[in-house]
Amino acid sequence: MKAVILGCGRVGSLLASLLSENGWQVAVVDSDPESFAGLSKGFSGVRVNGRITDDDTLRLAGLESADVVVVLTSDDLSNLMAGQVALHRFGRHKVLVRVRDPIKAKAYRELGIQTICPTDLELELVRRELGVQPKR
Amino acid sequence: MYIIIAGGREIGYYLAKSLIADKHEVLVIEKDIDRYNLFSKELGESIFYGNCCEVPTLKSIGAGRADWLIAVTGLDQENLVICQMAKLLFMVPKTLAVIYDPKNEKLFESLGVDIVVNTTSLISVQIGHKLNMGALIPLLTVQNLVVVEADIDESSPAVNQKVKDLQLPPDTILIAAIRREEAVMLKGDTTILPDDKIVAITLRDKEEDLKKVF
Repeated sequence: MKAVILGCGRVGSLLASLLSENGWQVAVVDSDPESFAGLSKGFSGVRVNGRITDDDTLRLAGLESADVVVVLTSDDLSNLMAGQVALHRFGRHKVLVRVRDPIKAKAYRELGIQTICPTDLELELVRRELGVQPKR
Repeated sequence: MYIIIAGGREIGYYLAKSLIADKHEVLVIEKDIDRYNLFSKELGESIFYGNCCEVPTLKSIGAGRADWLIAVTGLDQENLVICQMAKLLFMVPKTLAVIYDPKNEKLFESLGVDIVVNTTSLISVQIGHKLNMGALIPLLTVQNLVVVEADIDESSPAVNQKVKDLQLPPDTILIAAIRREEAVMLKGDTTILPDDKIVAITLRDKEEDLKKVF
């Protein structure tokens, strides 16, 4: 399996390392070359330094042949744009996009983009810990 | 019409002034407090301090009744998402996004933005005009069709030649010459003169061949 991970922050670097150590072919993209220091020693994938909203960068990372694309930078708007590029321009089927803003996460989910909202997830975990009923 | 301009900056400010002069209802959203203070002296009620990338901001300014949303923040990805949110959540009938990376032009159109304005190519065309390098100046592009202008000087191989004698590349039509501020429609026996500005229509991949003619 081949994965392209856009954003090499905490989650991105851990995910890239994990997949690589499990035999996946991985390419990770970040605009900050220092972010690659977060990858594990066992990471044997490709590091691409560039903007995730740039077509050429994505092509360099091998988006054309990726089975999975995961978009994980800290900028919702770049993530949403890159996610749509992966879906529509590169025709990738499995694209996961991190969107911190719950409103945008929901709106784009309705557009057919698989968004992951850390805000909703955190809220859900805390809510369960406190034994409070979910909002209806 | 009610027109929302997302992202103030200079372009938003000047656009707002001209739209207000045309009697439109305009609201600029500016997230930089210094620029907000500066522009609000002149725009008054027509500028709103807030982040236009946030849905609650769009809601609070009544995006639901807007006729147009024009996104002119400095970032392509912001302009894309603002236009999409306007369409998706507020059913704004018409959206326009300014872009800086020319590669985004077709992408944004395919993602539902009604009008995409490519500032980088506009500026390049302007600079091309000013420099007058003898190259073809693109005036208009529709898919792979281009309308170009060629400025003829004394040294051009086309000078004093009749249109029918020029070795034009295929799929190319010379339309008119701008001669002493007047348009002259070109026919086969029209002679090309120095200082003519020739307006031609051709295909993008024929531009290089056309350049050699002039």
